[in-house]
Amino acid sequence: MNNYLLMRDEFVLLGIILLLLVAEIMLIGKNRKAVVGIATGLFIVHTLVGFLPLAEGTMFGGSFRTNHLLHNMKSIMNVGVVILLLQTWTWAREEWSHKGRVTEFYFLIFSTLLGMYYMISSGDFLMFFLGLELASLPVAGLVAYDLMKMRSAEAGVKFILMAGVSSAVSLFGISMIYGISGSLYFSEIAQNFHLSGLGALGLLFFMSGLAFKISLVPFHFWTPDVYEGAPVPVTSYLSVISKAAAVFALAIVLFLIGREFVSVWKPAIYWMAVLTMTVGNLFALRQKNMKRFLAFSSVAQAGFILLGILSYDQMGMTSVVYFSAIYIFSNLATFGVVQVISLKTGREQMDDYNGLYRTNPKLALVMLLGLFSLAGIPPVAGFFGKFFLFMAAAAHGYYWLVIIGVINVTISLYYYLLVVRAMFLRKSDTPIESFQAEIPVKIGLALAVVGILFLGLYSPFYDFILNLTTNI
Amino acid sequence: MIEGITVYDVLAVSTIIFFIGIFGFVTRKNLISLLISTELMLNAVALNFVIFNKFLYPGQIQGYVFSLFLIAVAAAEVALAIAIIISLYRMDNSVDADDMDTLKG
Repeated sequence: MNNYLLMRDEFVLLGIILLLLVAEIMLIGKNRKAVVGIATGLFIVHTLVGFLPLAEGTMFGGSFRTNHLLHNMKSIMNVGVVILLLQTWTWAREEWSHKGRVTEFYFLIFSTLLGMYYMISSGDFLMFFLGLELASLPVAGLVAYDLMKMRSAEAGVKFILMAGVSSAVSLFGISMIYGISGSLYFSEIAQNFHLSGLGALGLLFFMSGLAFKISLVPFHFWTPDVYEGAPVPVTSYLSVISKAAAVFALAIVLFLIGREFVSVWKPAIYWMAVLTMTVGNLFALRQKNMKRFLAFSSVAQAGFILLGILSYDQMGMTSVVYFSAIYIFSNLATFGVVQVISLKTGREQMDDYNGLYRTNPKLALVMLLGLFSLAGIPPVAGFFGKFFLFMAAAAHGYYWLVIIGVINVTISLYYYLLVVRAMFLRKSDTPIESFQAEIPVKIGLALAVVGILFLGLYSPFYDFILNLTTNI
Repeated sequence: MIEGITVYDVLAVSTIIFFIGIFGFVTRKNLISLLISTELMLNAVALNFVIFNKFLYPGQIQGYVFSLFLIAVAAAEVALAIAIIISLYRMDNSVDADDMDTLKG
């Protein structure tokens, strides 16, 4: 019985999901505004509970495993979701509660999060597959949430078809790995898995399926359309939490079963990193819509994370987790501002941001910090994240990759500063008028900013993650 | 095991089905056809698991169990996709992928 406590986070989240269903029944025929507060409050409690220490161990014969690293990955994702929920407060309350469709939003968000939990703490491919599907199917519902809008439903169709193909490709690879090793458990696969053509093919298929989820080039083409069509909070969720979870899962599975196959997957990751950084950046240069712009920027950021996976040691894993944490905060800050402005004024083009500093100085400052962190300008956290990724890659002699990465950071500086120029230097005849956001939204933005500043200046956080990754 | 049929023969079948699915996904324009193509791919995978289990590891049931889960999840996926496609059809009166140009890629 004591053993079941290992699944504490999952159980608490499941409890919240069930409570929300009960609340939905209780509130039939009434205004659902209360749901927003209940869901956000419960999730904050869940996050706080998640910070409590948790034992290491496995359950169900090794299908479910947890250790301090996995537990803290979940906590990082929890914090991201808390910020996201606070930022979506107004959206959920004003847009949806009177249409009676607000509980579903939280229900779907928490379900995908539960799927991500299971995905990163899976100990065999069956659990991994179930987690992956639980993490991606509700997202399709979220993307198509604004069903009466053509573009939302269209993005939903594109997402679900892409998710279906990517999981089919991934599963085709898993079936080959099963054929080679005769087991679905990572621990047994690692023992029985030896270099062979079928095994290599299986691993590549498996990786390309996950690359769809992380939207690495050449599997990224769905990203801008889905990001543009989905409601902004969902875009934010997709580009931050969903992507971080898939990166964690890829890193963990490669660390568990990839040791024999380093010669196969390292070149694949290498070239995907080069392509992802370059293509993501070059396409981001010419985007005029803020959501598409941030979509390509997040594609490029994913390319940098691959450098950490490529170095394949403790340092690499640490830099992956560290960068992901920073990326969550930075992207949530920028998306938070885009979301607030899109909700208040319905404007999403980059030109609409001209003169934002004159009318809404605080929002412009939050946006500035987020963009600086994404670009990697020294005082803020993003710089250290990228620095450690490059360090980890350079330590293994990937000098060319690091050089390509640095060139790409320079390119990205240009287009991030385009937005900064629009906000601070340009003037507009029809600027976004000055407005006040609600308190929870302000708290959400403030938390993201605190994260950006704190993680950059407070070095023990890196040491903390370094300690977690000692025995991966 | 059936006389005269090796693991390669049945694997060839499942692999061909998988790539028919990929081909269909790339060439077809109708959303329902795209969905059918994904299902073909998923079913090829389920077949693969059963084949490997039956021919290579007759003593265990992991592959069979996996294919059962696969079928259930694929059903859930189809239900969701059909729901979204129907709502799209109500707005646009079309299930053609070429008509989806609100978001230009």
